Amino acid sequence: MLQRVLPAAGPLRRLSFGLSDLAVFLGALVLLALVAKVGAGAFVAFVPPKTLPAVDLDPRNLPYYAGRSTLRMFVALGASFVFTLGYGYLAARSRYAERVLVPLLDILQSVPVLGFLSITVTGFIALFPGSLLGLEAASIFAIFTAQAWNMAFSFYQSLRTIPADLSEATTAYGLSQWERFVKLELPVAAIGLVWNAMMSFGGGWFFLAASEAISVLNKSYTLPGIGSYVAAAVAAKNMPALGWAVATMAVVILLVDQLFWRPMVAWSDKFRLEQSASSEPPQSWVYDLVRSSKLRRAAGALWTPVAEALGALLSGLTRVRATEPPRANSAVIDTAYNGVLLAIVVGLIALGAHFILSSVGIGEAGKALLLGFYTLLRVFVLLAFATVVWTPIGVAIGLSPKLARIAQPIALFLASFPANFIFPFATLGFIRFHLPIDFGSVLLMALGAQWYILFNSIAGAQSIPTDLREMAADCGLTGRQRWRRLIVPGIFSAWVTGGITASGGAWNASIVSEVVTWGSTTLSAAGLGAYIAEATGKGDWPRITLGVAVMSLYVVLVNRLLWRRLYALAERKYHL
Amino acid sequence: MTETRDLIVVDAVSKAFPLPEGKGEFTVLDRVSVRVRAGEVVALLGRSGSGKSTLLRVMAGLIPPSSGDVTSGGKPLRGANADVAMVFQSFALLPWLTVIENVELGLEARAVGRTERTKRALRAIDLVGLDGFESAYPKELSGGMKQRVGFARALVVEPKVLFMDEPFSALDVLTAENLRGEIDDLWNAGHFPAKSVLIVTHNIEEAVFLADRVIVLGANPGHVRGEISIDIPRPHNRNDLTFKRLTEYLYTVMTNPDMAIEVGRQASEQLPQVAAKAVSPFSRPLPHVRVGTISGLIELIIDMGDGQDVARVAERLALPVDDFLSILEAAVLLGFAEVKDGRVLISDIGRDYATTTILRAKDLFRHQVLERVPIVAAIAKTLAEKENKTMRADFFLDVLDEYYPEAEARAQFNTAVEWGRYGELFEYDATEERLSLEER
Repeated sequence: MLQRVLPAAGPLRRLSFGLSDLAVFLGALVLLALVAKVGAGAFVAFVPPKTLPAVDLDPRNLPYYAGRSTLRMFVALGASFVFTLGYGYLAARSRYAERVLVPLLDILQSVPVLGFLSITVTGFIALFPGSLLGLEAASIFAIFTAQAWNMAFSFYQSLRTIPADLSEATTAYGLSQWERFVKLELPVAAIGLVWNAMMSFGGGWFFLAASEAISVLNKSYTLPGIGSYVAAAVAAKNMPALGWAVATMAVVILLVDQLFWRPMVAWSDKFRLEQSASSEPPQSWVYDLVRSSKLRRAAGALWTPVAEALGALLSGLTRVRATEPPRANSAVIDTAYNGVLLAIVVGLIALGAHFILSSVGIGEAGKALLLGFYTLLRVFVLLAFATVVWTPIGVAIGLSPKLARIAQPIALFLASFPANFIFPFATLGFIRFHLPIDFGSVLLMALGAQWYILFNSIAGAQSIPTDLREMAADCGLTGRQRWRRLIVPGIFSAWVTGGITASGGAWNASIVSEVVTWGSTTLSAAGLGAYIAEATGKGDWPRITLGVAVMSLYVVLVNRLLWRRLYALAERKYHL
Repeated sequence: MTETRDLIVVDAVSKAFPLPEGKGEFTVLDRVSVRVRAGEVVALLGRSGSGKSTLLRVMAGLIPPSSGDVTSGGKPLRGANADVAMVFQSFALLPWLTVIENVELGLEARAVGRTERTKRALRAIDLVGLDGFESAYPKELSGGMKQRVGFARALVVEPKVLFMDEPFSALDVLTAENLRGEIDDLWNAGHFPAKSVLIVTHNIEEAVFLADRVIVLGANPGHVRGEISIDIPRPHNRNDLTFKRLTEYLYTVMTNPDMAIEVGRQASEQLPQVAAKAVSPFSRPLPHVRVGTISGLIELIIDMGDGQDVARVAERLALPVDDFLSILEAAVLLGFAEVKDGRVLISDIGRDYATTTILRAKDLFRHQVLERVPIVAAIAKTLAEKENKTMRADFFLDVLDEYYPEAEARAQFNTAVEWGRYGELFEYDATEERLSLEER
């Protein structure tokens, strides 16, 4: 019956305006209308302290709030992309820039971004007086900081690992800088960039939720969005509203995945560097729909001449000139450059130390270090706990292809679901069962971080070659021995990757999970996260600086002393 | 030969790459002079480490020489050489562009208009026999077809000189043979879209088959050992007696790195040059060969009958020529075989080594290594002189670093360790990176 009603794919393609075109056209229209409607809200007046936007807890407002939040996420993604191209390109192309930009990226990646919210919020509000744009920009910036570093690093890495023969071919055939960029450098980086952007985008929801409703310098700021909706629901002790928010968030994540990330991943697959076709290319129905529409081809025909003209212009401007003979005294310049860099770094550290010590004293620094140690313990307990619970489950899933196909998307979804949406439920539980927050905060941190351990265990188990598994079965390895000889070495690399990500996430999460509220009840744990959160609320600059500095110090030290070594060990000994 | 017919002139070019951590530099090319004239096919023949690819890249303007001059079309070369187009060993096709987009790459860079570009690209694709594959992506093509795209991309810009960097060595034997023949036919037909061809290869037959002139490069550091002109009518017939004699002569030359090359094609009895300077045991490079393959080669030659033509053994083995020559060189180094007038002769020790039991073979091997392979002998001696009979790998790597670039130093060390381990001279703990004397 169906066959008679629906035309087969063949004739459909011959129609001048097919169903796919209709779908694409309507989809584009709806998207434009939504962006216009939701985006207009960002320009309303905001004159603190009199005119403040309020959040209405009626669930019917949730789609609008979710739209506002999603728009923020995408604006941040766009900003991250532009930043990535500039930063990564500069770092990969200039030897001198590289020496500053790469370590800086390393630091930015390890610094707890949430600690900086207070600084950025005040800055951006001052930048756009009398408009909500300031708060909007501050929130977008917070999301940006969750995405940009990873993406920039991925782009830089891709540029550094361009296959030598391809690079030589573009030089030998005289491609201009611009042609090289669009034909070689961007395509080489595409897959890594899309994956990193997708992962960081998931992490961005967490920062969105944390940055929409924030109290900074004794003032609370609220930005209409799904994050502030949750905050308002918590303040009003409104359980149903919370439930609606969680459901909406889940729908939004799924929609963005289906309508944006899947198509991106499917599209980027054509930039695979292998010279043979991949066995299981990623699929996306949206991508297929857009690709088969005539509308796209028509738009392409319009766009091509413009792109050609633009490309020719940019190529003309970026022709490679004949190379200059090598500089003779580059060693002298190098030494001078390094000297200047060292002086700047030492100067900055001295300045920071002076600021902290002169305003709060050495005793306060000791206190921050001690609190940092408590948080460090929490991070370790969390890692141990997540490993014990999730590794066996992950391995079981990874070793069974059927389970993996179902469970992997779920794990990815859980990882990108902002854990701070669940916090209120947990807080309520702590209050009811009198669980001290000093322990409870570990649980809260785990809500977001544990998934990295899970899906890396899955990936690790999947990467154990079949012949090794068969060998283990053949030799009769079971139970403990099988784990010791096959599974632990097999998933070690993946576990280290998961551990690094999880601990990074946990440090950041400590700022929002060591202090939690329900209505007017506030639970506060002894830890560096709570220390920073309290200082931020009060606008205590020296303590904010001290807290963030100490946390960065801990993160960097743990990275150097533990993760780097484990990583090297994994590379050397357990590389499959 | 008048000056004006020279398309590219390389005059006393040296190239050195800095070693890491400021440990001085490593010389790849040492005062090399070559020229490419209009209307000829030149082959640069050399083993790995002879700097032949580096020389090609210097001539293509991809890397600047450390000293010396390169002139192209009468002008000193600055930056990428616009007179040449290059065919790469690994094809170097952009996987996200279709065949025709790949072919148009060079034209686009030269700002050729869209219609003209398409017309010329289609003609080039037709020329290499890829009609109908214009909109295919490289990953849909076989290796041979990919390299055809590589040729089309180079020929479409009608370069003065076509550069080929081991263009057939990534292909299987039959595909390579086929494509090589077609390119040769195209050249012989007289309307080749380039005036001259320069091919880098380590395949002796390929060089004699394609080239009018073969320039032989020596290694460590790369230098010109000599030049042989192939004065036989094109296309070069493999069954031609001169062809055979030239190939045999080149095999002898290539397996005896110290032999001088006679100008002209009279191949006669040669005396190895005596190296006058005192050398460190670590400066003589080892061929990177697994021990097992050496006895495999000797056994094969014994089976085929002693005194075989090197060319025939190479053919029989169907190994990449460079790999084959390395194994043969190792056998010669160990005194198991000898190459004379293009023939392999197995020595008595070699015969014994290949046919005896494992334990005795190891004894023979150990004896030969200590006698004839200075680097392994030196490592064993150093270990024996130490009180605890053990030493970190870093020590030897540092010594090797003075003679080789970093990756090659590591490779030399690995080969030396393998040979030493097989001969039960010393043990190596890879986790600790520590060598220790085998207790016997």
